[in-house]
Amino acid sequence: MIRIRIDDKHFGNAQVLGRVHFDIAPGECVALVGPSGIGKSTVLRILAGTDEAFTGHVDRPERMAVVFQEPTLLPWRSVLQNLTLVHPDLGTAGARAALDRVGLAGKETLFPGQLSLGQQRRLALARGFATPPDLLIMDEPFASLDPETAERMLALTESLMATTRPATLFVTHDRAEAERLADRILRLDGAPATLAETT
Amino acid sequence: MRISTERATSPRTVTVLSILLLGALWVVAAALTADPQVLPSPFALAAPFRQELANGELLYHLGQTVVRVLWAFALAMGLGIALGLVMGRSEAVNRWLDPWLVIFLNLPALVLIVLCYLWIGLTETAAIAAVTLNKIPNVTTVIREGARAMDPQLDAMARIYRMSWRRRMAHIVLPQLAPFITAAARSGIAVIWKIVLVVEFLGRSSGIGFQIHLYFQLFDVAMVLVYALSFICVMLLVEWLVLQPWERRVRRWRQA
Ligand SMILES: Nc1ncnc2c1ncn2[C@@H]1O[C@H](COP(=O)(O)OP(=O)(O)OP(=O)(O)O)[C@@H](O)[C@H]1O
Ligand SMILES: [Mg+2]
Repeated sequence: MIRIRIDDKHFGNAQVLGRVHFDIAPGECVALVGPSGIGKSTVLRILAGTDEAFTGHVDRPERMAVVFQEPTLLPWRSVLQNLTLVHPDLGTAGARAALDRVGLAGKETLFPGQLSLGQQRRLALARGFATPPDLLIMDEPFASLDPETAERMLALTESLMATTRPATLFVTHDRAEAERLADRILRLDGAPATLAETT
Repeated sequence: MRISTERATSPRTVTVLSILLLGALWVVAAALTADPQVLPSPFALAAPFRQELANGELLYHLGQTVVRVLWAFALAMGLGIALGLVMGRSEAVNRWLDPWLVIFLNLPALVLIVLCYLWIGLTETAAIAAVTLNKIPNVTTVIREGARAMDPQLDAMARIYRMSWRRRMAHIVLPQLAPFITAAARSGIAVIWKIVLVVEFLGRSSGIGFQIHLYFQLFDVAMVLVYALSFICVMLLVEWLVLQPWERRVRRWRQA
């Protein structure tokens, strides 16, 4: 069971998060929504364990995959290496297949800086999906993609969640996207932000 | 950006012309001095150069100095990079070590050299230790700046995907430090060989510095110049054959 018990999160003197308590069951997909600047990415960072300066505690599994709000690639390594260096078990063939799934076949030898932003985001998705995690965290993974590509990525995410069933927490601004993927939608609201369950 | 008037001369031509200009200045200065004892013309150096080359002296002393420079360079870069990385990543370590860094940065090279010879003795170890200690603080300062500028997002990514320490170093940390390492290496090698010469001058019986000491006592300006220029040529070769190609390689992804 994944347990999030945030009681207080400050940046300097400004309190960003108040009481944010929720659980994610194995295989469950939870969407996190709320206005810009409310603290959604902050909740994800705390869950991922990259921000440890908060009051409260979090139980999380070992094997996690994160798709950040920015692509967060290694600009000095090729597209293919961006997968194989992070997932050594994948092998070149596995990495090529992963690239193919997100529509990046043929871009293996380019550097990330030579991809469009949408392509970089898809590479970040491929990295997140390459090996099945126990917990998948995604921060607006389908932003800045055209409707068809977003649809393809959504379908890919659905099929991944159907086959490997990771517990998932993802942030979105798109109501339809949240309803389609998530079993449950959580809303952050107020200052400092607290949770309001909507579904 | 390139302005159209610059197109006529390539960067390489400019380098060659600039060096030729320096040579021309030297010829003029030698002619004006009109005393080969004080400033021989560049052409007057050919005979002593050939002689030193033929009797093996030049290559022997050049080799000795190169070995010392390489040792000191490798040690100073290795220790300086490790120290700079730790200090740039940990504010606590930095607070403790920063005063040491300031003290060593401001310790004159000569003081360190003399102390090393006094404490360790007139040995090869003392010579290399003195040069290394002189250079570490500079490398550390530069690398610390680079470590502070590293992207925390990439760190977070590596942590979440549980990348091994070796992979993080090779593919996340070092690529971000590369421009700082090149800067430290470039200024490092230049400073190191100058200090090596002083170390040899003061307490070794081989190397360019030792030979310069010898010909200084004989007041043989031509020989001093022959030895100094030979080493400068070696350094230029290192710059063109090692440093610049390496720099181009690590910057490839930026230009792509
Ligand atoms: N490192 C930081 N230092 C100071 N304040 C920060 C920091 N990171 C975030 N904040 C503040 O915390 C608040 C929440 O930021 P967060 O990135 O979590 O918002 P968000 O809900 O993800 O917004 P968006 O939908 O625009 O991505 C913002 O007001 C932001 O200014
Ligand atoms: Mg955000």
